[in-house]
Amino acid sequence: MKKFAFATALTLAALTVQAQAQEPRRGGTIRFTAPYGASFVSNDSHVSNQIQDEIYTYALHGMLYKWDSKAGKPALDLAKSVTVSADGKVYTFKLRDDALFHNGRKMTADDIIWSYARIMDGSKNFPGARYVARIQGATEVQKGQAKEISGLKKIDDTTLEMTLTEKADPGYFLFQGQTAIYPAKEAQAPDFFNKPIGLGPFKFVEHVPGSRMAFERWDKYYQAGKPYADKLVISPMGEAAARDVAFRNKEIDVSVLGSTQYVAYKADANLSKGILEVAEVFTRNMGMNPTFKPFSDKRVRQAINHAIDSELIIKRLVRDKAYRAASWLPLSSPAFDKDAKPYAYDPEKAKKLLVEAGYPDGFEFEWTATPNESWGIPIVEATIPMLAKVGIKVKVKPVETSALGGVVVGGDFQAYIWSNTSGPDTLTALKCFHSATPRSSCNYTTFKNAAYDKLIDDASAENDPAKQLELLKKANAMLQDEAPVWFFNYNKAVMAYQPWLHGLQPNATELALQRYEDLWVDASSPAAK
Amino acid sequence: MLPYVSRRLLQAIPILLAVAALIFVLFSVIPGNFATSQMADGRSNIDAETIARMNQQFGLNDPLPLRFAKYVGGLATFDLGDSFRTRQPVINLIGERLWPSLQLALGAMLFAIVIGVPLGFFAALKPGSWVDMLSMVFAVSGLSLPMFWLGLLLMYAFALTLGWFPSFGYGDGDPRYIVLPAIALGVSPLALLARTARAAVLEIMHADFVRTARAKGAGSYRVMRWHVARNALVIVLTTLGLQFGSVLGQAVVVEKLFAWPGLGSLLVDSVTWRDIPVVQGCILTIVLFFLVVNIAVDVLCAVVDPRIKYS
Repeated sequence: MKKFAFATALTLAALTVQAQAQEPRRGGTIRFTAPYGASFVSNDSHVSNQIQDEIYTYALHGMLYKWDSKAGKPALDLAKSVTVSADGKVYTFKLRDDALFHNGRKMTADDIIWSYARIMDGSKNFPGARYVARIQGATEVQKGQAKEISGLKKIDDTTLEMTLTEKADPGYFLFQGQTAIYPAKEAQAPDFFNKPIGLGPFKFVEHVPGSRMAFERWDKYYQAGKPYADKLVISPMGEAAARDVAFRNKEIDVSVLGSTQYVAYKADANLSKGILEVAEVFTRNMGMNPTFKPFSDKRVRQAINHAIDSELIIKRLVRDKAYRAASWLPLSSPAFDKDAKPYAYDPEKAKKLLVEAGYPDGFEFEWTATPNESWGIPIVEATIPMLAKVGIKVKVKPVETSALGGVVVGGDFQAYIWSNTSGPDTLTALKCFHSATPRSSCNYTTFKNAAYDKLIDDASAENDPAKQLELLKKANAMLQDEAPVWFFNYNKAVMAYQPWLHGLQPNATELALQRYEDLWVDASSPAAK
Repeated sequence: MLPYVSRRLLQAIPILLAVAALIFVLFSVIPGNFATSQMADGRSNIDAETIARMNQQFGLNDPLPLRFAKYVGGLATFDLGDSFRTRQPVINLIGERLWPSLQLALGAMLFAIVIGVPLGFFAALKPGSWVDMLSMVFAVSGLSLPMFWLGLLLMYAFALTLGWFPSFGYGDGDPRYIVLPAIALGVSPLALLARTARAAVLEIMHADFVRTARAKGAGSYRVMRWHVARNALVIVLTTLGLQFGSVLGQAVVVEKLFAWPGLGSLLVDSVTWRDIPVVQGCILTIVLFFLVVNIAVDVLCAVVDPRIKYS
């Protein structure tokens, strides 16, 4: 009996310790990295659409919505509740009355109205304008025809009415950092951006351009008890090898891994314990231009999908740091069909399709590609012998990464390889293949199919979410069959984290974007004090 | 001396203009522009209207000669324009990055001088000895090692394995942060200085005036101090000037690798995003630095060797 009591006590003690260990700890410094090439552009989150800047924006600012990584959809952030009109166009937000800017002033509807109007300032060309433009009257401000966005109406300090140009969920376009809410009056001061203030969980301390941005806890953050950490330091570190050394040297708490590091970290007994993987909303693909005659035939496009052994390339070249793509929508999309089978590697079927399409001897095409290791020239080179097997010759046309967008938007290609966003808003992602969407927006392959258009139009008009989802699933399946692109893979983002860092979220929109207020470091961190 | 310095500074103006013209033309012909480069990550869809508006805003639709005239006109008033990316004056961006770059360049050159020059001198004093062999191994490897690889090697050895220095970052005045990037940047000039110093000393040691000094009974120390070292120093100084001027440009790789907030990383980012005004400003600053350092070295040479007259 005594033995049993002792064992029970021990077990309870162990469980208590474990529970305590999981209890978020206050204090310490989170040492985050912005893992992409460039430095932070500036202290003004509105000017940049680069992910690096979004990374610091999540610490400093608040947006009307936030991305809920667990639910995989947007959630209200600066508003407590929202009501939607019957036609799905008018949203009335009850704003938080406890959201304070870092100077202690309470946020009001005026701050949101001013911030969105600033983003739409046509003389500034802020990238977030493409999101805010979905509010009625926003483009008039952009064109200089109006000073205020007519679709934004202040009912009182904590009530905001928003009218959209079409039925849509604003959560999908107003959670981005480029739509951050600034303090209306203070942000107009000339030196505001030397020491910006926001609504985020951390206050700005300093920015050493190219090296780090430092923050400290905002004690009056509206989520009680959060953030947990006293300080946050974010260092832009574009070089993967340098990041690897810093991570192993315990100087940083997280590192986003490339495919080579992914293999090395998985093989290491210690490092493999701290790996977070997520299927991000990006689809790597080869877009085919229908003005190049062979690609106007669906059978040719299907043949290309059958002729390339995508799984082999993913395994050998991408080192399994990707998920095989079946169609356009990624795994994390609610409309992804788990039963859909990707195109099988079948050279014989590819040859047969080419014969049917009138290309028994194959053809030659020019493939525009950047040096990117995951979706660029190395991948194209791997496909060359596979395509040659069915008679298709490839001529690689190299372009620099920063020039690819211009080439594609200009339609100056026969085929290109790229990684494009395919979420998080399923309807928006699929609208990119609607014939009414111009190439300059995102219909890069100028895909045109009346049946597809109807599915998208019906889905847009549908009020029942379940029925809308079914329509979107059908549209995605139709895309797979029509094959405007070679469906290569969905990006698998991988983040390595130190054992003392807790609270990371599997953010499918971009793994490097974390809600810092939920992160905490335990006492074993070298920066725990 | 003053007229000479003034003349050299005036001569720098056409050089700077030529460099400005070259950069301007180069960045006008290479594919891609700021607006379309925003789509590089496949995340953003920028419509044609926005691209057109951006091109209009940044004056990219103007004819090339007009754009160049505007640019040169700005230069005349020390206005380098505004950054496309940050919308801030280029001169401010350069201002905040210049000091860290100079710190790094000074650190690298200090490392190169303190080790490279004595190494070359001692190697020349005992040709064929182990010091000489060591200096040559240093010289050859130092000049041939890729800076990126060397930087990583230093990180692995001195940060990860030995734990002596932090592997990245600028620090808060902590001098330990500059050590590894300065060594990575300084190894190449070190090697060149060692080689130059060795060759100069060897050559001067066999010169007639040294032989005469010895024949007149001058001691080894006096010969070395007043005849060999002083004359070799002019050659070393000239090499030093060339190297000092160019480390600022070479720092690009090191700054990116070590997250050092200098001009180099600003330049790389700006090239990537086709932020032409910043690219132009950074390159002009580096060229200007190179010219100023070389003028300073010429003046220093005249101080060291009074036979050199600038008239």
